[in-house]
Amino acid sequence: MDTKELYREILNEHNINPNHKRDMSDSTISLQGINPSCGDNITLNLKVKDNTIIDGTFTGSGCAISQASVDMMLDLVIGKSKEEALTLAENFMQMIKGSASDSQLESLDEAASLQDISKMPARVKCAVLGWRTMKECFDKDSDSQSASNPECCTE
Amino acid sequence: MSNPSVSEIRKDFPIFSAKENDSIIYFDNAATSQRPLSVIEAVSDFYKRNNANPLRGLYELSTRATEEYEGARQTVADFINAKESSEIIFTRNTSESTNLIAYTYGMQNVNEGDEIVLSIMEHHSNILPWQMVAQAKKAKLIWLECDKETAVIPESEYSKITARTKIVAITHVSNVLGITNPVKKIAQIAHKNGAVIVVDGAQAVPHFKIDVQDIDADFYAVSGHKFLAPTGIGCLYAKKALLEKMPPFLRGGEMIEYVTRENATYAEIPHKFEAGTVNAGGAVGIKAACEYINKIGYDFIEKQTDEITSTLISEIKKIPHVKIIGNSDPLKHCGIVTFTIDGVHPHDIATILDTEKIAVRAGHHCAQPLGAYLEIPATARASLYFYNTEEEVKRFAEKVSKIRSWMGFKD
Repeated sequence: MDTKELYREILNEHNINPNHKRDMSDSTISLQGINPSCGDNITLNLKVKDNTIIDGTFTGSGCAISQASVDMMLDLVIGKSKEEALTLAENFMQMIKGSASDSQLESLDEAASLQDISKMPARVKCAVLGWRTMKECFDKDSDSQSASNPECCTE
Repeated sequence: MSNPSVSEIRKDFPIFSAKENDSIIYFDNAATSQRPLSVIEAVSDFYKRNNANPLRGLYELSTRATEEYEGARQTVADFINAKESSEIIFTRNTSESTNLIAYTYGMQNVNEGDEIVLSIMEHHSNILPWQMVAQAKKAKLIWLECDKETAVIPESEYSKITARTKIVAITHVSNVLGITNPVKKIAQIAHKNGAVIVVDGAQAVPHFKIDVQDIDADFYAVSGHKFLAPTGIGCLYAKKALLEKMPPFLRGGEMIEYVTRENATYAEIPHKFEAGTVNAGGAVGIKAACEYINKIGYDFIEKQTDEITSTLISEIKKIPHVKIIGNSDPLKHCGIVTFTIDGVHPHDIATILDTEKIAVRAGHHCAQPLGAYLEIPATARASLYFYNTEEEVKRFAEKVSKIRSWMGFKD
């Protein structure tokens, strides 16, 4: 898929009319994810009950790739267990590195449409922002406030 | 050269005829310029015919290498009208030049309670060294703010330069706004208050004739690659009287007079500030860049850049949702046109334009305090140079007009 097609077919819809972009008052985990140099800035809210992500939303702003990627991620992980979500995150990271297997790609459903981002090194950080923030939600101690990535997009 | 034509000039730049770059529009000249064949060949010729370690060999080849290197210093001195070639220190770039000043003059002369005055439009390379000095010496950073519409620093801001000011560090031309600051006037005010002025000339040298004596700059920092020279070579101009009192920056080879087990005495300026084997190939390249610019002339460079910048601004100003940052007068932009498109992140603008073979910069342009002040953290920037054309500018404007629709907006 060429870049314009990617925007037209996938990114624009999630960017302009995201499914999951709203506040959440009863989240069990909320974490800010930022790419400081780009200005990509999201807050990911997850509601986890009995080890299952029963709901998720995000707020914030950023480029179309960062916003669409987190929206697609939430499409995928809502209803999954923490472990399943982390496996998907791992599959996504592999895909962005250009080393995912066919079955890993398949598991990512629509998010697999971002696989060509692996050929756009400057935009990788945008695509992984949501996934990285979710991973840190689960990985880190509850006192951590943000998943910051200072290396992003430096001039 | 009398009335060079842009199409002739473009033939001097091999990158535009490389088959990988077929019909590419290069509008990222404020990040780095392209190199004419004469510069590429001067560097290549140095390594083919004259290479040896300059300044130390006792044989003819090394003498030739030394002559090439010191000849380059003289050319750069003449190019920016330094009084003497010993006032030109070769560095890697503007960042190294400003760091040199901060670590030597800054650390030596700034004390607790002193003030360092910067402008809000500084590139990080003229901010971070001063933050370092201010933190180490418990000094204070004071900011000259510009008008958010015109990008001009109002004269009322100059009163922030006082007897407490030790250093005024200001860019000659902003890499985001393109505006030229009146550094000669600011130098007078700095000097009246007993301060020195450090001018970041990275974006100015490519566009107009610099006369460091007329400005009365104490320090003037330059990057070669912004004006046709190779990367990795730049220079710092500094007044001789200041250089002579400054301690060395980097210590090691080449910059000494005598070394004992415990101590050393240092070489005369400029070599005291050029530790280690020097970048002679780069120096030869910067000399060839000065000569190229002298040949086509700043009059042509200014005229051509102003013309296409005027076209670009008038074309994209017509496009709904496009906002141009900075002064409304295209002649006050030095070819730099920074803009936003409502609803479209600048990184998406750059990615989408790349699919049309147009290279622009997007992001904070290494000037985050300016972005915070203007409340625009990221922007897209088209920066033009004399080898860009009217056709390129029109194709660019036409593509910019389609970006919102490519991004799914149904305007």
